Amino acid sequence: MNTSAQHHDAEGARLGMWLFLLSELLLFGGLFVLFAVYLQRYPDQFIAGGKQLSLAFGAGNTALLLTSSLTVALALEALRRNRYRLCQWLLGSTIGAALWFLVNKGLEWHAKFEHDLYPGSVTLRQAPPGHDTFFGLYYLTTGLHGLHVIIGGVILAWVLCLVRQGRITGTSPTILENSALYWHLVDVIWIFIFPLYYLLL
Amino acid sequence: MGKIIRMGEYFRRGFLEPSGDQPSLFDWIFSTDHKRIGLLYLYSISTFFAVGVTLGLLIRLELIAPGSTIVGPDTYNALFTLHGVVMIFLFIIPGIPAAFGNILLPLQIGARDVAFPRLNLFSWWLYIIGASMALSSLLGGGGPPDTGWTFYLPFAGETATNVSLAVFAVFILGFSSILTGLNFITTIHRMRAPGMTWTRLPLFIWSLYATAWVQVLATPILGITLLLILAERILGLGLFDAARGGDPLMYQHLFWIYSHPAVYIMVLPAMGVVSEIIPVFARRPIFGYKAIVASSIGIAAAGSLVWGHHMFVSGMSDTAILVFSLLTFIVAIPSAVKVFNWVATLYGGSIRLDAPMLFALSFVLLFSIGGLSGLVLGAAATDVHVHDTHFVVAHFHYVMFGGTGFAFFGALHYWFPKIFGCMYNNRRATWGWGIMIIGFNLLYFSMMLAGLRGMPRRYYDYLLQFSQLNRLATYGSWILAVGLMLMAANLLIALRRGQCVGANPWEAATLEWTVASPPPTENFAQLPQVSHGPYDFKKAGKP
Ligand code: HEM
Ligand SMILES: [Cu+2]
Repeated sequence: MNTSAQHHDAEGARLGMWLFLLSELLLFGGLFVLFAVYLQRYPDQFIAGGKQLSLAFGAGNTALLLTSSLTVALALEALRRNRYRLCQWLLGSTIGAALWFLVNKGLEWHAKFEHDLYPGSVTLRQAPPGHDTFFGLYYLTTGLHGLHVIIGGVILAWVLCLVRQGRITGTSPTILENSALYWHLVDVIWIFIFPLYYLLL
Repeated sequence: MGKIIRMGEYFRRGFLEPSGDQPSLFDWIFSTDHKRIGLLYLYSISTFFAVGVTLGLLIRLELIAPGSTIVGPDTYNALFTLHGVVMIFLFIIPGIPAAFGNILLPLQIGARDVAFPRLNLFSWWLYIIGASMALSSLLGGGGPPDTGWTFYLPFAGETATNVSLAVFAVFILGFSSILTGLNFITTIHRMRAPGMTWTRLPLFIWSLYATAWVQVLATPILGITLLLILAERILGLGLFDAARGGDPLMYQHLFWIYSHPAVYIMVLPAMGVVSEIIPVFARRPIFGYKAIVASSIGIAAAGSLVWGHHMFVSGMSDTAILVFSLLTFIVAIPSAVKVFNWVATLYGGSIRLDAPMLFALSFVLLFSIGGLSGLVLGAAATDVHVHDTHFVVAHFHYVMFGGTGFAFFGALHYWFPKIFGCMYNNRRATWGWGIMIIGFNLLYFSMMLAGLRGMPRRYYDYLLQFSQLNRLATYGSWILAVGLMLMAANLLIALRRGQCVGANPWEAATLEWTVASPPPTENFAQLPQVSHGPYDFKKAGKP
């Protein structure tokens, strides 16, 4: 271990995190580019596809993620003011929201499967070209986003443990700061996904 | 690793010295010291290079005569795919930044380590995991992948070979590359020694900086493209299947949006190495420091807009072809700026032709041949003629092997005495270099001519009229291999028996030469106070 290098540079850690978030955004960017191109090619099928998605689930999940973004920001604020119990509660509710989001997503996917709308299903294979493409992209994008919700939830759970053990404190909040940033990214990406997929007219 | 520890009989061992509290192998593979991680990269990358060369030689052997010579068509497909994957993702992309960048970045900017030492170690582990997966796709399952390293859909979505494993391996390698990039950007922003202003940064650091941005911004696109291949194979989404409303051309766009900028991940650090070596061996400050910096950034920026030149003949619109062709020509400008700056630095210098300089000069020559043949490919009209022929193969070998590969060897010879504290035999190094240059040009110039006459690429058989050029190319590959082996042997011998040469054998002025060779674990006992530029040789020796 090179201990001399283990000095603490919060500013540097934040810069690194922002760069990482940028690369995550670009990862999804590829899918958004595909969406744009295929939307332009098959506007009717995409609108029809959008109508088949459940607005209630989409809107509910949006509300959940927005709230959780708020609670994680409050958790950071609580930490800065050394109110550790409150911080833990807020982190706990963020994780709860993440779980709830996943349950919703699962139910939503399940309903789609019931309607024979999944990659390679008979209905989709027989639908006009473009319809298939819409659902392919839908499953990929929301699936990848769901994966990020899982990762974010695991990270926040780990942070919760660290706060509990007193290894993250009001004077050393960097890890919580960066995890909160990550969670905001998960939220922001959903804010793009929701109108694109659910609110197409 | 045993060898390195033994050579300590000759000098203070610095960071190479075992720390003694755990088995020496663990001392290395769990070390967070940037120099050790850099060396781990150097060893693993060199090993994979040897694997790639062997595959290349086998391809060439198959092509020595028309008809089936040593392998059948399927094996041939597997050979060039693996050769491409190994050379691109395991050798040339991580090559200079991960190995030499890691070792030298903190030393050159006067820091004790990179910004995130543990992340750095994690990147190496990811690299090793990805590399092992890529190589194990050779064995078992459906057999070695046969898609070419570009994994073009729809074929890559359908073939029964181990494509999924190889694709996932490349995904992991890409992740490793992103982490290295963000580590370097943060390090350069946050950890420069007092007085190390942006205009006093060595040009190698500037090139790493530009490269790191490309790594962070372009690699995620590769990531999503690879995930799309996996989705296509596993879930059968049909997003690129024309029969189901998808568009295979979209795949190619996504793939090349990464893979063209990746060319700059490969070549920018090489240019940085050359910009370090030339001033030192011409004993003159580099000509046009700021122009070189600006051209690095210009190459990275403009180079991100030209991916379409790989798709001129695949059914893009004519407007797109025109725009991409024009943009491609624009990239030639900053590249030429660099070449002129190097030549201007040489002009009137007192030139020493030691091994590092020979490699740097041959970079300039071979890269220029590669670059000029690139213009032939960048012009849509001529590209239609030579697309997917051996002309293309020769072009990118001139750029990647003649350019970056030779710069990698140059870096190896330039920093060898710094890293290991001992010197190799310069005469033998020169011989190795000369043999390689002859073999290289015989090999690839013959391929270029064959391509101009219509010899297609990725074919394992050809018409009789290409026999002579192919035979010459294969002879060239053997000469090249002899040169490579001589070079490797010379360096390995030096590890055991090299002369101790002190801190600054080349009388260079950058910071890494102010510390002992090999550098101590802590790099600098006291962080240096920088008061002059990296090529100010009059003040060299003082920090
Ligand atoms: C002794 C060294 C080498 C030899 C003999 C060699 C030979 C060849 C040959 C004959 C091909 C053509 C395959 C074809 O299109 O039919 C090829 C392809 C290729 N080589 Fe090399 N090569 C060598 C070194 C390198 C190096 C150092 C790099 C990277 C920097 C490299 C990267 C590639 C790539 C990317 C391809 C394309 C593979 C594909 O078409 O999928 N090669 N090589
Ligand atoms: Cu290109």
